[in-house]
Amino acid sequence: MKKSIPKTVLLVIFFVGVAVITLLPLALLFVASLRPGQELMRNGLNFRIDWAHANLDEYRLLFSGNNAYVTWYLNSLKVTVLQVVLSLVLSSFVGYGFAMYEFKGKGFFFLLVLLVMMVPTEVIILPLYKLIIGMHLINTHTGIILPYIVIPMLIFFFRQYLSGIPKDFLDAGRVDGCSEYGIYTRIMLPLMKPAFASMGIYEGMSSWNNFFWPMIVINQNNKITLPVGLQSLLSPYGNNYDILIAGSVFAILPILLLFALFQQYFIEGMTAGGVKG
Amino acid sequence: MEKNVPKKKKFSTKFLYSQKIAPYVFISPFVITFVIFFAYSIVNMVIMSFQNVAGAKSTFIGFENYAKILPNAVFRKALRNSIFYTIVSCALMIPIPLVMAAMLNSRHMRAKSFFRSITFIPALTSVVVAGVIFRLMFGELEGSFMNQVIGIFGKEPIVWLRTPLTVWIILFFLCLWRWTGVNMMYYLSGLQQIDSSLYESAAIDGAGTLQTFRYITIPLLKPTTIYVLTISIFGGMAMFSESYMIFNGNKSPNNVGTTLVGMLYRMGFEQGNMGIASAIGVIFLLIVLVVNVIQLFINGTFGRKEK
Repeated sequence: MKKSIPKTVLLVIFFVGVAVITLLPLALLFVASLRPGQELMRNGLNFRIDWAHANLDEYRLLFSGNNAYVTWYLNSLKVTVLQVVLSLVLSSFVGYGFAMYEFKGKGFFFLLVLLVMMVPTEVIILPLYKLIIGMHLINTHTGIILPYIVIPMLIFFFRQYLSGIPKDFLDAGRVDGCSEYGIYTRIMLPLMKPAFASMGIYEGMSSWNNFFWPMIVINQNNKITLPVGLQSLLSPYGNNYDILIAGSVFAILPILLLFALFQQYFIEGMTAGGVKG
Repeated sequence: MEKNVPKKKKFSTKFLYSQKIAPYVFISPFVITFVIFFAYSIVNMVIMSFQNVAGAKSTFIGFENYAKILPNAVFRKALRNSIFYTIVSCALMIPIPLVMAAMLNSRHMRAKSFFRSITFIPALTSVVVAGVIFRLMFGELEGSFMNQVIGIFGKEPIVWLRTPLTVWIILFFLCLWRWTGVNMMYYLSGLQQIDSSLYESAAIDGAGTLQTFRYITIPLLKPTTIYVLTISIFGGMAMFSESYMIFNGNKSPNNVGTTLVGMLYRMGFEQGNMGIASAIGVIFLLIVLVVNVIQLFINGTFGRKEK
């Protein structure tokens, strides 16, 4: 046993180094948020800080009402909540259909799910944009959400998850007089709770952090979501670093908090694609 | 309540509630969104790629859009950039997380779950927040963090966003920072599925750590590697937002950071040339499909039946 102590020490030292590099950029951001934005513009992002003058003024500024930060935050919150609820309900519904039934064309339809999963959304971003214009949904939150209410990745996960549940549950439900949909809502939904948790977190994070599509759909300052809003502060003209930096910290904070509380679901959700049938 | 239901409705509900029809009802949300948003978009894009799209009027021009874009020097550079980014990010994002996962999984390691969680944290940040940090970290000021770091080694401050080499360093560093933890997690779950008796028998046979790693761990992690490779290829080819963030827009000196999607964005959204942008989209789609087919053959998925 004693012989392996140096190995342990080396491994731990290595991972302490990794941890330091990993946390360093976030630490830089946090330190910068305690200083005025002008100082950051003049001196650059670094750890030099006069602790005597460190303060939370930038955070106060966020909520002072003199800028759109709170509006963006609420927009993001609204879009995220709606998208998570809709995509969880609809995708689990579809995943259930694939997992529990044998029907004509099942293989074909599932192939389509895999096809959508394999094509990056960036490929169809342009025709999708034209479509959203045609639907008169440009500059609306519906326009951001609508193309992403059924997520192939989620379908795949729910199908995988449900295939571990014995089909006897279905027959038992039928005997008890449940309709096919009653079986889904009364028997299966409660069984799927853990899957909902990890997929909810996965979808919530992708929606909260989504940048490209919301940037394309919305071009009115009072309707944009948080990532798009933060990006707009990087303009070379104004001095918006106060809000940019503190606003960035405040954008990650809720996610970090949730991560600390529900780590397992985060990891499960974000690595769900690796679970292969 | 039952009494008030008209006969006709009863029939249709009965139809919808039958065991034969129910599965189709269940998968209908997917089929509907697939047709409206995916299939329609693809068809529309292919049609537009053969058209000169000007406002409401579109005229068929055959392969002219392709003939225009394929020899275009900026397009070629963007394509080269995307391919280069994809290849190098795969070369980084597979071996490094793999080795780190094996190290973390070692029985000599302590506080495993703590370090696992820490490395995962960057994946929680959006590309915008990560981009803001990296743009400023690699700022051109003397006091910018990375200039201070190279200052320790006696180097003069540099304008990181100007030359290709330094731009790539930023992009790969950003990629490593954000995704190492996630890829490591894939490998950790892959490692947990390896039968520990294999390691025991290897130890009995006198195999060293490196030999075990080479002949047991790596081959048995092949499915994980194929998966990570696939997502890395698609992620790499679709890269756009990272470059957009560090350059603060879809513009970079001499197009050092212009990617395939950046080119599509420039043609379609910035210059309003839907025809050419669609042609780029179709080329991108073809690349994706070819990669998929190759991947399916290597993976042997064609032979493996769904359970």
